[in-house]
Amino acid sequence: MRFFEFEAREIVKRAGIPVTDYGFTTDPSEAATIAARIGGPTVIKSQVLAGGRMKAGGVKFADTPEQAESYARDILEVEIGGHMPRGVLVDPKAEVEQEYYAGVVWDGTAKKPLMLFSDMGGIDIEQVAEEHPDHVGRGHFSTLEPFSDFQAKQVIAAAGVTGKALQRATPVLARLARLFLDNDMTLAEINPLAQLKDGSFVALDAHMEMENEGMPRQQGLIKALGIGADEGTREDHTPTAFEEAVKAIDAADHRGVIQGKDTGFSGNIGLVIGAGGGSLTLTDAVRQQGGRPANYSEIGGNPSVAKACGLAKQVLQKDGVEKIAVMMSIVSNTRVDIVARGVIKACLELGKDPGETIAIFRIPGAWEEEGFKILDQYGIEYCDRSVSLWEAAGRAVTKIQGVTA
Amino acid sequence: MSILIDQDTTFIIQGITGREAVNLTRECLDYGSKIVGGVTPGRKGREVHGVPVFDTVEQVVEHNGGVAPDGSVVTVPPAGTRDAVFEALHAGIKTIVIVTERIPRRDVAMMVELADAKGARIIGPNCLGVIVPGIAKMGGIGGPARNAAVAYQPGAVGVMSRSGGMTTEISSTLTAAGLGVSTAVSIGGDAIIGSTYAELMPYFEADEQTQAIVIYTEPGGRMEAQLAQWVKEHNSRLPIIAFMAGKFMDDVEMQGMSFGHAGTIVEGKEDSATEKIARLQEAGIPVVQRIDEIPDLVKAKLAERSPA
Repeated sequence: MRFFEFEAREIVKRAGIPVTDYGFTTDPSEAATIAARIGGPTVIKSQVLAGGRMKAGGVKFADTPEQAESYARDILEVEIGGHMPRGVLVDPKAEVEQEYYAGVVWDGTAKKPLMLFSDMGGIDIEQVAEEHPDHVGRGHFSTLEPFSDFQAKQVIAAAGVTGKALQRATPVLARLARLFLDNDMTLAEINPLAQLKDGSFVALDAHMEMENEGMPRQQGLIKALGIGADEGTREDHTPTAFEEAVKAIDAADHRGVIQGKDTGFSGNIGLVIGAGGGSLTLTDAVRQQGGRPANYSEIGGNPSVAKACGLAKQVLQKDGVEKIAVMMSIVSNTRVDIVARGVIKACLELGKDPGETIAIFRIPGAWEEEGFKILDQYGIEYCDRSVSLWEAAGRAVTKIQGVTA
Repeated sequence: MSILIDQDTTFIIQGITGREAVNLTRECLDYGSKIVGGVTPGRKGREVHGVPVFDTVEQVVEHNGGVAPDGSVVTVPPAGTRDAVFEALHAGIKTIVIVTERIPRRDVAMMVELADAKGARIIGPNCLGVIVPGIAKMGGIGGPARNAAVAYQPGAVGVMSRSGGMTTEISSTLTAAGLGVSTAVSIGGDAIIGSTYAELMPYFEADEQTQAIVIYTEPGGRMEAQLAQWVKEHNSRLPIIAFMAGKFMDDVEMQGMSFGHAGTIVEGKEDSATEKIARLQEAGIPVVQRIDEIPDLVKAKLAERSPA
């Protein structure tokens, strides 16, 4: 789950990390009120789940409350990366002495969280790591032992930071490390972490991402931030009608799992495929043999006839799709006969001949004898495991698009 | 021989009364596995296909004459998985297969860290387990015993796969070609897993039956880079052949989307299919385009290594 900057700042604030006296609003006149309260120059920042705000005109510097109001009005109208802003953040223009970077991510190889710290803040940390590796400190920490501040201190010192800055930054990184674990984050980043003229440290921008799997136990935080259940995980992706329809079919029945995606797919080969790895393999095999899939799908966990039928119907109702290829890697849980009955039912309910509509059926495994019997009755071309995933995909391409690899 | 499990391996099923677990118990028993007990809190005294059910792992150990079983298959819901695995680890169980998916990464990291401290090994999460063809299986891998017998015959090739289903597809291809499988491990599709390719390589290296390795890989994560590094640092006797699925995810239109397994989220440029293929090839690991190319390549590699 992604968070807006104003929410991410609230999260770091709750963890005890100093932030500026900012305000969030959706109303330009309130932006003026906040700017007046702050007193002095302010920064007006678009609150949008997209990068490149500065370039897109989503960040402006105001000298007066009137200017803040006018800029807020402008920014609220500007779409960035396909998204309209949720609101604006009015932030005091800080007197920055130096910008730092503080972040925590998962390291899948070490299987531990990894802290990163740099005295070159304000820019992309990957770029700093590549160009100035000696300016980046790193350190893993345990998920079992209580976190101790010296671990953060070591990482900051490894970035070449000493003196008062080291002392002041240590609790900030330590708190960030704790909040990363406590809140099931996959990314917790403060960039820039600013050292002000008076020597104090303050988070000037923050970026947080929560693992979707952690959301059920993070409802307290999610509710406290005022995020409604209807916002879901805020994927950077608006589901298509096809995707919504498949999701609804999946949700209507607890047996098995089906998924369907068609964002980025524009071909005419309807794919009713599975399971996780099999779908990836088959989509590649279709494309590498000159095929243009109309969609991606996954069938798994032994779905009901209704579910397999629902998915096949949705695929068949897509523009330009005349035929479907029904293919899976060898199944041991999902039943061949149930999927066969489902896809045949889909054809019949749409008034199509299953023998004509199903270009190829390649699902070997559990209950295959029963499945093949049913397929025979309808004159559907099928194959067992002696025909590889690659060959089955090739046959689908030839039959549907009339081309061969 | 085999890796991780053999004909003497005893194990328990945690969450044994769940629908999928009941099937899994039947499948494993039919295949010849030794299941010495099951755990579901509050269900002590029941039986699942003749396997006694207990409230705690401690009770199973007691029932087992005070000896901890070798392994556990954990099938409890995601919110309870960490606790179940900690319970197994504290009881002295050393090989744990976690079937459950959608477990938060923090919990996975905690389980792995505790397993390391206790000298235990975790396979998964989000996996189908381990199978030693003709001997035993621990988990749903290969499905019902008669299906597993078709796809998995004993042989020379060790299989490791991030996809449970593709473990069977690849093993079936190897079996059909007369090569067979020594041990196949469904390692799991999540971003953090208990045992990576590189971490299992020393086991296969020590197993005389294994003469070659086949891996199934996907975009996301650094596990393939870790294997490439391992190969460079160790003079392994085992040729490795890789298959990479999900190359279409490299397309611009697919950026930021995840397909297949949770672990396919591409978080850095090193995670992409193209980058991984380059890394594996650079380490001398051929990456085939098609599964059906694997048997001939394995045979060629075996011929290269054994003096005529």
